[in-house]
Amino acid sequence: MTLQEVFNLPSRIESVDEAASKADDFAKKSGLGDDFISSIDLAVRESVANAVKHGNKFDESKVVEIRLSRSESVFEMSVRDFGTGFDPEEIPDPTDPANLLKASGRGILFMRAFMDEVEWVNADGGGTIVRMVKRQ
Amino acid sequence: MSDINISERQAGDVTILDLSGKVTIGEGSVALRSAIRRLLDEGKNKILLNLGSVGYIDSSGIGELVSSFTAVNKEGGSLKLLNLTQKIQDLLAITKLLTVFDVYDAEAEALASYN
Repeated sequence: MTLQEVFNLPSRIESVDEAASKADDFAKKSGLGDDFISSIDLAVRESVANAVKHGNKFDESKVVEIRLSRSESVFEMSVRDFGTGFDPEEIPDPTDPANLLKASGRGILFMRAFMDEVEWVNADGGGTIVRMVKRQ
Repeated sequence: MSDINISERQAGDVTILDLSGKVTIGEGSVALRSAIRRLLDEGKNKILLNLGSVGYIDSSGIGELVSSFTAVNKEGGSLKLLNLTQKIQDLLAITKLLTVFDVYDAEAEALASYN
């Protein structure tokens, strides 16, 4: 059986907490354990924060679209913004000694560390979708 | 209601900030930044951040720890960390920031390190 949930949130910082709360509820409903939920929580927070800040640039006329699904042992989450596009390869490695003292740029590292797969795709109709998968 | 609480104690010339709640994007990160800026304005530049009751931190909060560290260093002071939770320790390890921060499990040991 596959459980799915799709929702849109406005492009503001408060949406980060709201997305995390909805993802946590969904994960609990799906029977996932605390460690698994903790990883999802961090990944959804970082990805929604990126969508609000860097994708939609706080433009509240643009939404952040979040899709959650759980089937068998796979949890999948995608977060879409409606911005002008994004290339993760352009983000400097925050663990490079030259970048250690930079104040930002660690969100993608956390998403990659806590999820099994993370990929970015250009969405049909504009914007970027980050798709993340975690397996039990 | 605020997601973060910051209370201040003084131990000799070291200022201890006891943080509880969430150090995350938005209010939590801003509150930490304001607290550090105020201490530096007051000439207090030996600062120990007690993170034992911080239930959650994200990349923005980690970034704020780094900004605080560099701001205090710039003023000739020293910012150290006390009582990391396992989660915060994991995040600092992933970001290789455990090599940057002085981290302590015991307050007395942390205080002694400033002398």
